[in-house]
Formats: sequence, C-alpha cells, structure tokens
Amino acid sequence: MATNSSAGLAIEASGLVKDFGTTRAVDGVDLAVRRGSVYGVLGPNGAGKTTTIRMLATLLRPDAGEARVLGRDIVSEADAVRELVSLTGQLASVDEDLTGRENLILLGLLLGLKRTAAKVRAAELLEAFGLTEAAGRLVKNYSGGMRRRLDIAASIVVTPQVMFLDEPTTGLDPRSRNQVWDIVRALTGEGTTILLCTQYLDEADQLADGIAVIDQGKVIAEGTPAQLKASVGSGALRIRLLDPEQRPQAERVLAGELDSVHLEPDPAALSSGCASTERAVEAVGALNRAGIAVADFSVGQPSLDEVFLALTGHPAEEETISEQAAIEEEQAA
Amino acid sequence: MSTPPTTAGRATQSAEAEALRKALSSTPRPPRANAVSAALAFGWRGMLKVKHVPEQLLDVTITPVMFVLMFTYLFGGAIAGSTGAYLDYILPGILVMSVLFTTVYSGVALNTDLTKGVVDRFRSLPIWRPAPLVGALLGDSVRYVLAGTVIIVLGVILGFRPGAGVGGAVAALALVVVFAFGLSWVFTTMGLLLRSPNAVMNAGFMSIFPLTFLSNVFVDPDTLPAGLEAFVNVNPISILADASRGLMEGSADATDILVVLGVAAALTAVFAPLTTRLYRSR
Repeated sequence: MATNSSAGLAIEASGLVKDFGTTRAVDGVDLAVRRGSVYGVLGPNGAGKTTTIRMLATLLRPDAGEARVLGRDIVSEADAVRELVSLTGQLASVDEDLTGRENLILLGLLLGLKRTAAKVRAAELLEAFGLTEAAGRLVKNYSGGMRRRLDIAASIVVTPQVMFLDEPTTGLDPRSRNQVWDIVRALTGEGTTILLCTQYLDEADQLADGIAVIDQGKVIAEGTPAQLKASVGSGALRIRLLDPEQRPQAERVLAGELDSVHLEPDPAALSSGCASTERAVEAVGALNRAGIAVADFSVGQPSLDEVFLALTGHPAEEETISEQAAIEEEQAA
Repeated sequence: MSTPPTTAGRATQSAEAEALRKALSSTPRPPRANAVSAALAFGWRGMLKVKHVPEQLLDVTITPVMFVLMFTYLFGGAIAGSTGAYLDYILPGILVMSVLFTTVYSGVALNTDLTKGVVDRFRSLPIWRPAPLVGALLGDSVRYVLAGTVIIVLGVILGFRPGAGVGGAVAALALVVVFAFGLSWVFTTMGLLLRSPNAVMNAGFMSIFPLTFLSNVFVDPDTLPAGLEAFVNVNPISILADASRGLMEGSADATDILVVLGVAAALTAVFAPLTTRLYRSR
C-alpha cells in the first residue's frame, strides 16, 4: 500500500519480508499507522507479529521491503529510530536478577539521565505503577502482572514517541490485564503512538483504533474494529435457554423466523445470523409464544473471533507455525 | 503521595491515577548517554548481580585456592624437589591460569544473557554499540582482580615472598587482568556463536586448558622435547607467566610485557568488533 501522504504516519512499512532458514516468518507486510493512534496487529501464534515488531524496533534486519518510523528508515537510520521508540517484548524485557528499582535506574542511566535524575524518575514510575512496595525485590520474584507493569514502566523512563507492545497481557489474570489496558489508554492520552501485537481479539477491540489481521506472515485484512466486523456480514442473535431439553424445539421455531441457526457448545445456547434488531425481537417473541423459556439473549455484531474464522477459514487459536520455533531458528541463525 | 482524608478507597484510586498521569507526562529526552557512562552503567549491572547472588563468586575464589594447594603439595616435591621451591615458581603461573580460566565464564554469562528478553531492550536503546559488552567485561575484570588477589594472599600465607614486594605483586596482577580482558573477547565471541551456555563452557575450556598446560606455567620448558619446547616458548601464556614472575621478582623483561600488551590489544582489536557485530545482528 503506497501512501502518498505520509506526513501523518508514525509507522509505514511496505513489503516487509523475513525468512528464518526455510520458514518465511513475514511475507510482505504493509502497515500504515497514524501518529497518536493505537494500532493492533492481530493474529495467532506464529503469524509473524513478533518478527514484524522486531524488525520495526531495529532488532532484525528485513530480508526485503522497507519501513520508516516517524520518517526514519529502520535500516539505514536505525540509530535515529532507536531514539524514538521503545520496546516491551514478549519475553519480559527487564532484568530478572535485579530489583525493580535497579532496572529502572539502569535504563535511566542508559538513556542519558544523571544518577540523581535516574533515581528520582525510577521512584516516580514505581509509585505510578503501584510497585513502590516491591521496588527492592528481585524481579524474578515478581508476579506476572507486576513484571508486566515494570516492563511498561521501563519503556517510558523517557517518553517514547512510538511504543511497541508485544502481547502485553498474555498470561495475565483479568485484574492485571485491566491495569495494563488502563496504562495503555493513559499513554495514548499523552500522544504516544502504540503498535500493539496481540492474539486476544477483545484486547484489540478494546484498545485499538485500527487493526491489521495477520496470518502466516501476511496482512489478510485491515480496518477499524467496526469495519472488520461489518466486513464479515450481519450481526448475530445469541440465546440461552433455561432448559437445555427445549433446545431442539427452539431450533425449529428459530429456523422458521431467521436464516441460519447454530447450536453452540453450551447445551442451552443457540445463535443465529440476523440482519436487524426488529427481526431478532420477533424471533424471541416467537420462542416466548411457543412456551420456551429464555434465560437471556443478546443481539450484537459478530465477535472478532468470528471475524478471524471468516477471514482465514480457521479459528484464531489454531497454530500454524509455532512462534517459538521461529524464535529458536532465529537464534540459531 | 498526599491522600485527603475522605473515603479511603476512592482517595487511593485517584491518587494512583494522578501518579500515573504525572509519570506519563512527557519526560524530555536528555542528551544521549556517552560511551563511557553507558559502559559504566552496564558494569554497575554486573556488580549488582554479584551483590544479589554472591555465590557466583565461588568459582573465582574456591577454584584458585584448590589449584594452589593441589599443585603445591601434590606436584611440588616431584617437580621442583620441595614444595617451597615449587611455590616460588608456580604461584605467578597459577595466578595466570586462574584468571584466564575465569575469562571463559564471561562468554558463558553472555550466552545466558541472550536467552533473556532484556537483551532485546538493550539492543533497542540508542547507546554506544559495544557498551553492554564492554560494561560486562569491566564488571568481570573486578572478578579477575578478586581471583588474582585470592591467589596472591594464599601464596603469601603459604610462604611465598615476592622479591619486588607488594608493588611487584600488584603490577603482575594488573598485567594479568589486562591480558584477561583481551582474551575474554574471544570467549564472548564464542558466547554469541554457540547455542548453549554449556557449549560455550566446553569449547572454552577445551581451548584454554591445553593452551595453559602447554605453557611454562607448571614446568620449566627446558625439560620438554624440542618441538614442544618451541611451541611452549612462543605461547603467549608462557610469555605472560614469565612477565608476571618477572614483575613479582623485580626482574621483568620489558619485551615480555610489551608482547603481552600487544597480544591483548590484538585480541581486542579483532574480537571486540566481531563480538559487537554478532551481538547486534543476533
């Protein structure tokens, strides 16, 4: 995708390719990320997300294609790019053998702060991320959520203009996940552009202004969350019955009212494609008249899970190439 | 954090939000850290690791003690006629051996580091490229000094009296550490080329072990077959051992010292850029 007006773009990539041995991890990725936005790169394990981010963060040299971060070429101006970006990697990018405070002071020093300033900044960040109490403990003894928060704190010791977040909530409990989401929202409030890799569809939906769906190294769809959902087609009516025994009966009633009826894995649940809310209301009314008790129902756009299935023909959970294998191959290379 | 005495939960929450907002508000980017301060920051990192896991100093303290005792009392009588006479010959040599063996661990540590996510962050920072490596080796040099000091102190306890006194011993130790700094670049290169810390350890010792034994560290080369003697005499480790004996006795040969410094410089000139390139491209 060749964009003529690149002035408003924080990240622009065209035709990025990266091979590890015989495996093509990234196969011609194009991206255009507006300044100040959160851009989600969504895909299953092994889709090429991490490799793409590592190229953009100047850690890997692309085999073909080119990319610019705030106008700077990631290969020929790599050092300038490093002054603009920060990376929160998939493996926690903090030193496990140091304490939280020492990690932040170390980064402050490396970014050019004087010792006193680095200490002050570390204390400020620990406070902000709720880590003051754990500041003197070794990071290897931190919980997953604390480690992630420290990781993000480490990325903003000096405010970056572009931030790469690689699966920031993988493996976190819901409460820690919400904390990370709050931090990401607060960051965008300060004008930082964020490229967010995730395999959680609701995470991209919650945070991102734009999404690229990536599968087997290629961008297979792009747009706002709403556009992506719309591209898959109409919305859906989801129904849960009080009594699972009544499901066959409910299926017959719904089939008479709406187009397609699916039985969900939950033995009391059904879903059905439906174009409008009115028709959904009528269908629920018909169930009611037939004496079928409905526990709850909802009408909504298809989930991003359904989007993924529709776009790729396989569910998002399915692994194609293991990302771990790609990383190992890369280290061997 | 000033918490107004209203409903505690709410106050804490808003205070947290306020702290977050304050922390996020732009911190202006200071001028880049210069090469020296970046390398020193990494050296500090190395020291912190020792502080948190002091056990890792065992290899630089116990092993040298073992070597000194073993060689002096086991082989001293057989090789030099008496343990006392052998101690005078071997102590500067053991100093060389122990410190050089320690350099292998620099490569092992680097290889271990690479398996961790933090290296990605270091590599994405706008810093002088060799800083993480130079810093780590500066930190390791402190370990070399420690290993050397253990040897010399133990030697003195056992009756070793360097002719040139404390000054001579310090000079010998300094020369050995400088050479070790140069040599450790070879092992950091290995650390980046090989797959696992164990592989680095094996390859490292398989090269440093024969090189050390085929030197004049343990025996006078005059007793060796001619071909071997020729090799031992040009082995830089022999020259280093001669130089450190000379410095301790106050009879150092300037050529030896120059050769040692030259080899250290050459190793650094070849392997430091190689290590840096490998570190960046991995």
